[in-house]
Amino acid sequence: MKPAPFDYRVPDSIEQALALMREHGDEAKILAGGQSLVPAMNFRIVQPSLLVDINRIPGLDHVREEGGALRLGAMTRERQLELDPQVAERAPLLAEAAPFIAHPQIRNRGTLGGSLVNADPAAELPVLMLALEARLKARNAAGERWVASEAFFAGMFTTALAPDEILVEIEIPFMPPRTGWSFVEVAPRAGDYALMGVAALVTLDGSGACRRAKLVYLNAGDGPVDAKEAARLLDGEKLTNGLIVAAAELAGEKEITPYGNVHTSPEFQRHLAKALTKKALNQAKQRAEVNLP
Amino acid sequence: MTLFPVSITVNENIYQREVEPRLLLSDFLRHELGLTGTHVGCEHGVCGACTILFDGEAARSCLMFAVQADGHSITTVEGLADPHSSSQLRANEETEGRLHPLQQAFWEAHGLQCGFCTPGILMTLVPFLRQNPNPTEDEIRHALSGNLCRCTGYQHIVDAVKIASEKMREFEIRNP
Repeated sequence: MKPAPFDYRVPDSIEQALALMREHGDEAKILAGGQSLVPAMNFRIVQPSLLVDINRIPGLDHVREEGGALRLGAMTRERQLELDPQVAERAPLLAEAAPFIAHPQIRNRGTLGGSLVNADPAAELPVLMLALEARLKARNAAGERWVASEAFFAGMFTTALAPDEILVEIEIPFMPPRTGWSFVEVAPRAGDYALMGVAALVTLDGSGACRRAKLVYLNAGDGPVDAKEAARLLDGEKLTNGLIVAAAELAGEKEITPYGNVHTSPEFQRHLAKALTKKALNQAKQRAEVNLP
Repeated sequence: MTLFPVSITVNENIYQREVEPRLLLSDFLRHELGLTGTHVGCEHGVCGACTILFDGEAARSCLMFAVQADGHSITTVEGLADPHSSSQLRANEETEGRLHPLQQAFWEAHGLQCGFCTPGILMTLVPFLRQNPNPTEDEIRHALSGNLCRCTGYQHIVDAVKIASEKMREFEIRNP
C-alpha cells in the first residue's frame, strides 16, 4: 500500500513548526522517526492532510544533565538511548531496556518523543517513562508546560497533548541511592511486540528494607499500567521471597487488564506478568543491595 | 500536487529529482533510479527486505519518504560490490571488481534460495559486522531477527555470516 497524498512542510526551527501546528494542528501530524506513523500511513489507517517533518530542526536530540536530572531531546533516536554512556550512567533502566525496542534498523530512526506521543500500550518507552517518573515538556506557539508521565498517557494511543502542541523534551530524575532496576519482557521473537513486560525499580533504606518500589507493565491494558497496590505492599518491608510472590500475584491478578491477541490469551499474559514480576523484583533488589553500606 | 526537489547521494552518485512527498524512499530507489536490488515486501517495517544504509546505518527504506533523504547519503545492495562500492566500502585493492566479502560468503555457503530477502539481510549485516566483527552464533541470529527469510531456515545465512566475519578479520578488510 502507498500513503494517501499529503502536504509536506519541513521547518528548520521549532517556532516555525509550532506556528504550523497552531494553524493546522487538527489535521496535521508531526513526522519524527516515522517508524509507527509511516506504516499506519502506508495502510491508510492514518491520512493526515499535512505532515510537519521536524527532523531538520537543530537541538531537539540532546542528551544532557541539568538540575539533578537527565534531559533528553524528544528527537533522540532510540538507538542513542541504547548506546549513550550518559544515559547508561544516569538512567541505566532506560539503556538496558532500549535494545528490546524493535530492531536496530528501527531504533536507528525511531525517536523517544515519537514513541511517547504514539502511546502504544505494547511499547517499552511509555512504560519506562512512567517507571522513571519522567516529566515531559510540551510546547505550543503560546508557551510551554511540563506534564508528569502519569498525566501524559491518557489511554490507548492517546496522550494529554493538545493538537497544537509538540513534545520537545523529556526530563528523567536521577535514581536515588540504593536503587536497583530491571526490565524484562517475553516476545515471540527478538524485536517483536512483547506479549508482556515489566519495568521494576526498588529503592532500599540503610537497613535493606524497601523504601519505595515501582512496577509498570506493557501490553497490560489501555496504556502503561502502574501497579501501585503491588508496589505499596512492598513499602517498608524486607523483600523476602514470600513478599515478592505476593506482589507478583496482586499485580498479575488484580492490577493489569491484558486483552490477549493472536499470539496469547489474557490468562497467559497474567501468568507471564507474575513470572516476570518475580524475576524483575529479584534482579532490582540484588542491584539495590550492591550499594548498601 | 507540489513536487519537492531533492538531491540524494546513492552509492556515491548524486541524483537530483523532483518528488511527491508521499513517495517512499524504497519506491524512489526502485522506480526513479532503477535500483531494483532494494526489495519491497511488507511495506510496514516488518520483513526487512527494503533495508538500506541511511548515512551509514541500517534503516527501512519503506518507512521513510524520499524527501527525508534530501542531502543524505544512501547505500543500497548495488553499492556493496566493487567497482560500484563507495571508497569507504571498498575492501582493498585486491578485491577490486569483486563481490563484497559478505556477498561472497553468501554465495559460498548457499545463504539464499529465492534471494528476495538477501539484499535487506546484507544491508543489515554490513553495519552489524562493523560494530561486532567477531559475533557469536547467538548474536548473529539476534541480528537477523529483523529480516524475514521464508526459504532457508536461516542456517546457511548464519554460516555465511561466520565465513564472512572470519575472512574479514583474517584479511583485516575494512567495513564501512
